Amino acid sequence: MTTISVDRSRLPDPGAARPFTFPSIDKSVLSNGLKVWSVRHAAVPIVSYMLLVRSGSSSDPEGKEGLAAIAADMLDEGSGERSAIGMHEALARIGAQFDTDIGADAALLSITTLAKCADRGLQLLADMVARPSLTEADFTRVRQLRLHRLTQLRDVPGAVADRTFMRLLYGSHPYGHTPMGSEESVATLSVDDVRLFHADVIRPDTATLIAVGDCDHAEIVRLAADAFEGWHGPDDLQVVDAPAGRGLATPAATSRLVVVSRPGAPQSELRIGHVAVARSTPDYHALVAANMVLGGQFVSRINLNLREDKGLTYGARTSFDFRKLPGPFALQVSVQTVATARAIEESIGEIAAIRGPRPVTDDELSLGIAALTRGYARNFETAEQVARAATQIALYDLPDDYFVQFVPRVERITTADVTRAAAAHLNPERLLTLVVGDLDVIAKDLEQLGLGQPVVLSAESL
Amino acid sequence: MNLPFSKHTLDNGLDVLLHEDRTCPIVAVNLWYHVGSKNERPGKTGFAHLFEHLMFEGSEHHDRGYFHPLQAAGASLNGSTNADRTNYWEVVPANALELALWMESDRMGYLLPALTEAKFSNQRDVVLNERRQNYENRPYGLASMAILAGLFPPDHPYHWTTIGEIADLHAVQLEEVQAFFRRYYHPANASLAIAGDIDPEAALSLARAYFGDIAPGPRAEPVAAAATLGGDSRLLLEDRVELPRLYMSWLSPAMFAPEDADLDLAADLLANGKTSRLYRRLVFEERIATDVSSGQNSREIAGFFQVTATAAPGHTLGEIEAVVLDEISRLVDLGPTDDEMERGRVQAEAQFVYRLQTVGGFGGKSDQLNAYNVFVGDPGYFERDLMRYETVTPASMRAAVDRYVRRAPRMTLSIVPRGRINLAIADSSAAVVS
Repeated sequence: MTTISVDRSRLPDPGAARPFTFPSIDKSVLSNGLKVWSVRHAAVPIVSYMLLVRSGSSSDPEGKEGLAAIAADMLDEGSGERSAIGMHEALARIGAQFDTDIGADAALLSITTLAKCADRGLQLLADMVARPSLTEADFTRVRQLRLHRLTQLRDVPGAVADRTFMRLLYGSHPYGHTPMGSEESVATLSVDDVRLFHADVIRPDTATLIAVGDCDHAEIVRLAADAFEGWHGPDDLQVVDAPAGRGLATPAATSRLVVVSRPGAPQSELRIGHVAVARSTPDYHALVAANMVLGGQFVSRINLNLREDKGLTYGARTSFDFRKLPGPFALQVSVQTVATARAIEESIGEIAAIRGPRPVTDDELSLGIAALTRGYARNFETAEQVARAATQIALYDLPDDYFVQFVPRVERITTADVTRAAAAHLNPERLLTLVVGDLDVIAKDLEQLGLGQPVVLSAESL
Repeated sequence: MNLPFSKHTLDNGLDVLLHEDRTCPIVAVNLWYHVGSKNERPGKTGFAHLFEHLMFEGSEHHDRGYFHPLQAAGASLNGSTNADRTNYWEVVPANALELALWMESDRMGYLLPALTEAKFSNQRDVVLNERRQNYENRPYGLASMAILAGLFPPDHPYHWTTIGEIADLHAVQLEEVQAFFRRYYHPANASLAIAGDIDPEAALSLARAYFGDIAPGPRAEPVAAAATLGGDSRLLLEDRVELPRLYMSWLSPAMFAPEDADLDLAADLLANGKTSRLYRRLVFEERIATDVSSGQNSREIAGFFQVTATAAPGHTLGEIEAVVLDEISRLVDLGPTDDEMERGRVQAEAQFVYRLQTVGGFGGKSDQLNAYNVFVGDPGYFERDLMRYETVTPASMRAAVDRYVRRAPRMTLSIVPRGRINLAIADSSAAVVS
């Protein structure tokens, strides 16, 4: 055995990480237009299927916000001979996990199952997606539960903040609501709305089925052709690829500071941000790196400032939500009530500073790049992670080698790139600050911020 | 299906568990200390968790934040504290294993010289904010405090939550934190798992080199405490919520004890998922609840079985309670169906396989090996653990539910909208949470 000498005067230098490779994607198209992709990933005897529908909550018609989400929620409520309960018994019998994930641009319907049950899992997914029962009785029950959930969310500060913030940023734009919709809009939905949505939007010619596991591509294609046989979209092959109509984002808020009062709240839930930039921006990688420095990791400026220096919060983070159309940049943090104004001032200060007054340093950028690239392989350990990555390729039309190119591409970013991108896409003058908190305690401090008189929204007006 | 490993105990008592899995070029380092909030005393609660925070703030040879060098190496990292144990983990690219061991060993061997009053008071503020965010400002967030306090007597170590009481967090002194470290944070009270893209021999050499010189501390005496409920009790809590919620709790066997698996499967059968009996009846058919769930919360020295449901508007917690009691009786009287037993076993098996998907993080393979090693002294308990579920019979499940649930005293908590205490189960008294 070789003796290892321990030197505590300096940290060991890990040296170069092994180059990262993303497995290849095999692709086919079925006669009904459904794209079938498979990726071999044999670490554990598990298969992950994801069916990507290229429409999400931004396809909700005006006044029917929440439709895409409730339509997805109806898929597991029975198919053919199987009742709603029967469907879940069938899933349980093979130990499968079924999930729906509705975003603004897409809906993701997924099943993870043991490899030995792979064909039955795919059949069940197909039954749910292509041939759901969509009965009136089931719909009435599901809508009622959804309404109860929305009622309960009135008391969840983070949910109130998310929903109000998107409405303030986007108004009636398709991004102006969260996938759940509102109590008012969900109450107007009918089973016919769901049936229409299912027929028009959940259609094979714009969907992609992704299978990841120890699977043979030809076999997956054969199974999929079988399982999805008879599934057809509407005759018109018009492909709606981005939220249509209703114009681009215009700031819906006239004030820069909005408060939703929550009397007695021990913390204020904050959102600070503005409409930023689309997934297709050439500045994507530079902004990802800029965000790492600003608020995208534990050692970011804002988290170190608010948490590690001042102890005002359990944690703060920022993100660019890259979507088909420009999505929001936002800071999310929950701070103790008495520190609300101070936290807002510090946060806006950090956002302004990174654009130039205190630009990203070489050290900060190398740390951000290292954090993004050196552990990149971690993001592709499980079948589900690999499948989710493939959905990004399908949804945003990325090249197949996108993930392989990510590391070298990020490594080429310079501090000048980052500062330019931050200056181009962050604008302190346009930042909207939303506070869900105890107005009586914080009102005086908020007035001193120089953001104008806060506009107060009552809980009822939401 | 298994989880191969090797186990080595260093001279200072540190257990080192190694698992090789070369599918992804990453390594998980996972370190458990056998200390949690059950090692605290009344008046000194919240200690173990506050301490976990301090472990990220620097050690003698790296007297700065722990996130910086590890994130710079591409790691993800975190830690957590519960009633029975505290864990710390990093998932690093394979080439950064030595860095992770350097850092974990430095804070095990050399934390105190770097522990200052300033770090201490900053992290106490952070923890108070964590408490506000996850308990005080969250609907139903104080339920766990009321339930534990109602189930376990004041001197029982499960009486309080891991986050601790506000007054205790304010009162704690730096010297007490130092004494806590000396008592529990040493090799003989720890278990280190290294899993992933490793050469096991080389990894063991590294572990010996970095941890071998750290002196063992005093043996931590096992915590023993008894809890019994003298009779049924009913508590209520007013909260900023729209819908009242019912929590029914019973004392139950500890983790891995006989009948723990029976109650675990019974909880699934009763109230987890759309196929469960209570979901069908309360949410699907009678529609008197908006959600229902159940769990056998087994811990190291005791457990509690729980059913939770939220009332649909226009319905009462009393209606829900009657249905829950009825279904519990029906399960004891008639037993589970063959189909339910089969589904329960298949789902248990699938859950075991799903847990093998990651080498690190919370619940990954390294965490699993440490859990088995710390709680049953055998990292290879995986297959026997699965067997516990496969050997549950309808008769054994009926007996367990009868003994620990149907015939046992229960603690009932109603959480109701502020000012609406009439919505609580009748004869409930106000719970005190601090």
